[in-house]
Amino acid sequence: MLSSTADHLYWMARSMERAENAARMLDVTYRMSLLQHSIAEPFNEWRAMLSISGLHVDFEARYEQPTAENVMHFMTLDEDNPGSIYCSVFSARENARAVRGTITSEMWEALNQTWLEMRRIRDEAIPEDGVSRFFDWVKERSHLSRGITHGTLLRDDAFRFLRLGTFLERADNTARILDVKYHILLPSLSDVGGAADYYQWSALLRSVSAFESYRKVYRDLITPKRVAELLILRADMPRSLMACMNEVNRLIQEINGPRSGELSRRSGLLHGELRFGSIDDIFSVGLHEYLSQFLERIYELGDLINTTYFWSADE
Amino acid sequence: MKPAFDEMHDAQGVVRESYQSFAQWMESTPADVIARKREEADLTFHRVGITFAVYGEDEGKERLIPFDIVPRIISAAEWQRVENGLRQRVKALNAFLHDVYHDQEIIKAGRIPSRQVLDNSQYRKEMVGVNVPGNIYAHIAGVDLVRADSGNEGEISRGEYYVLEDNLRTPSGVSYMLEDRKMMMRLFPELFSRQAIAPVEHYPDLLLNNLRSVAPEGRNDPNVVLLTPGQFNSAYFEHAFLAQQMGIELVEGNDLVVRDNTVFMRTTFGLRRVDVIYRRIDDDYLDPQAFRKDSVLGVPGLFSAYRAGRVTLANAVGAGIADDKAMYIHVPEMIRFYCGEEPILPNVPTWELSKPDDLRYVLDHLAELVVKEVHGSGGYGMLVGPTSSKEELRLFRARIVAEPQKYIAQPTLALSTCPTFVDSGVAPRHIDLRPYVLSGKEVSMVPGGLTRVALKEGSLVVNSSQGGGTKDTWVLEN
Repeated sequence: MLSSTADHLYWMARSMERAENAARMLDVTYRMSLLQHSIAEPFNEWRAMLSISGLHVDFEARYEQPTAENVMHFMTLDEDNPGSIYCSVFSARENARAVRGTITSEMWEALNQTWLEMRRIRDEAIPEDGVSRFFDWVKERSHLSRGITHGTLLRDDAFRFLRLGTFLERADNTARILDVKYHILLPSLSDVGGAADYYQWSALLRSVSAFESYRKVYRDLITPKRVAELLILRADMPRSLMACMNEVNRLIQEINGPRSGELSRRSGLLHGELRFGSIDDIFSVGLHEYLSQFLERIYELGDLINTTYFWSADE
Repeated sequence: MKPAFDEMHDAQGVVRESYQSFAQWMESTPADVIARKREEADLTFHRVGITFAVYGEDEGKERLIPFDIVPRIISAAEWQRVENGLRQRVKALNAFLHDVYHDQEIIKAGRIPSRQVLDNSQYRKEMVGVNVPGNIYAHIAGVDLVRADSGNEGEISRGEYYVLEDNLRTPSGVSYMLEDRKMMMRLFPELFSRQAIAPVEHYPDLLLNNLRSVAPEGRNDPNVVLLTPGQFNSAYFEHAFLAQQMGIELVEGNDLVVRDNTVFMRTTFGLRRVDVIYRRIDDDYLDPQAFRKDSVLGVPGLFSAYRAGRVTLANAVGAGIADDKAMYIHVPEMIRFYCGEEPILPNVPTWELSKPDDLRYVLDHLAELVVKEVHGSGGYGMLVGPTSSKEELRLFRARIVAEPQKYIAQPTLALSTCPTFVDSGVAPRHIDLRPYVLSGKEVSMVPGGLTRVALKEGSLVVNSSQGGGTKDTWVLEN
């Protein structure tokens, strides 16, 4: 496959997944911000939201306070924020446009339609009572894109690079959500168990569509440790780090190729550590340290994918 | 000017035989059904994203080319004659191209002035003596035809087909031909069961076969790619569409690299050799080492690999000399010289403004004529005398006087009309026809081509960049 094609496919999937995850995080933040009693400091949730995405510097350069309204605008329709949902959808569509010859026409049509609607939404702005509806729409369009890909695309390397983008991005996002929740929303673990806490944790679980799964798996109270275990180590939890790395690692082994040695080794290593990890080990390192390291390694994998398949210096 | 030839009705207003079945259907179909279908067509084209960019407008802005649901219908006998004429013409054009880059027999024989060929900016000296597979230069030719009457009083209106121009560089529009047919079959399947309409859907197969047939010698399973300037090119949709339909890679200059005089593409597994490049980039931009140094679209070293016969370019470098408007005048002579036959399809009478007599005549009759730039294309930089204001005429006259050799002039042909949906209902609009002729080991084409329609009342300019639309083109099977 052409390097540039693989590159576009990978970023097309990553961008759509990023839009979906932004919608998920914003939705949960928005819901939590409605629970005023849980907040010690004003704008706390919204500030956290910005640090999840690593975009607080960008934000502070152009906005004053991290009010709900400002952060919402920044993360949804802001055309100058490359991490906004608007820009992610645009990037997904532009990447798709560049590889129209490789994806199926159904995939292109769905994504193009998403973009046309996105533009209309920007022109009309999101009404105050339509915020959750907007997030649902983003999630649905992302589900649709993934579903059409799954249902129509030949299982060749094009498919694999798309999936690789999806799962690498998702691993990154799940780790970020979990990290921020632990270290910004809940500075003191002594709060664990309160009523407000129940809402916070359940909101977090809902943001990654894991609330029902938690109930099924544990049939018990929501505790931080179990939440971490579910979202890090459970292979059957589709947005967990383990599930994402199962895919990423398998895809990298399948794509293979003459230059993939180092990439394959690093991915196998990270995968193996998750596969044989335990939540107690992770907590003894410290969850934040663990997740920061994980994010760094995901970033390195992305870098290696880039140099292995997309930009080879020796050509 | 006499009224234009009406494709659907004869002089008495009776529906012509080829249109009868369609006319009956139209009459029996309620207006609201047709209105709904037209809306559906519009929505679908938007969703599918069949759009094009227009030069000079906002960067990256996309617009739909309007699609009209009334087809342009050609009878089998009529098409047979057109097809014969096209085969003859394209054969002669390819023979001419080989000749001017080799022995120049036609010039030695005094049939075409040497100056007009050798001093022409489209003549690529770099191509002299270069051999290309099968001696084919114009692998894909788009020949623009118009149907019109001679204009002589008292003659019976027959709607003669004339060749308006040859496009031998990177002719575009074939994707609209294919999409228009798909749309018509989707909207009105019943029309296709009422009568036998020749299929066009296999065009990508013919094209791929044609490209494979001109691979460098010894390359048995040639790797064919389509080279595009990129997604901001106005025809990018077509590039992506054709690559997908043929199942070949769509590449940009950055995807290709030349090593040891051989062209490779960068893949996720390293370099892979490329044998045939269907390029949709102009000669000037192909290779910064050989042509324009500032080109970022091209591939350094490509031309050297090409000259060495290590890769085939379709169309060949230098094919532009044969579709130049100054050379157009000589095509009938090329047919006589290389084929030993009389041209089946006539040229439109043309004045060369570099000739003093022609120039005088044209300046005296400017308001009746169409004047075109010799090297122009796409309907840019032309004057349509009868629809121009006094001021426009005055300005254009000054440009002609300053550089007469840059222009040719033709009578304003009353292009034939076909009924077309417009705001006020159905009304006649002027049309042309661009069939696509493929040359490789053999000459092949699908029946018909792309019909373009000028949507503005009275307008004779059908180019999409000037507000033209398209129609499905039906060639009836007997």
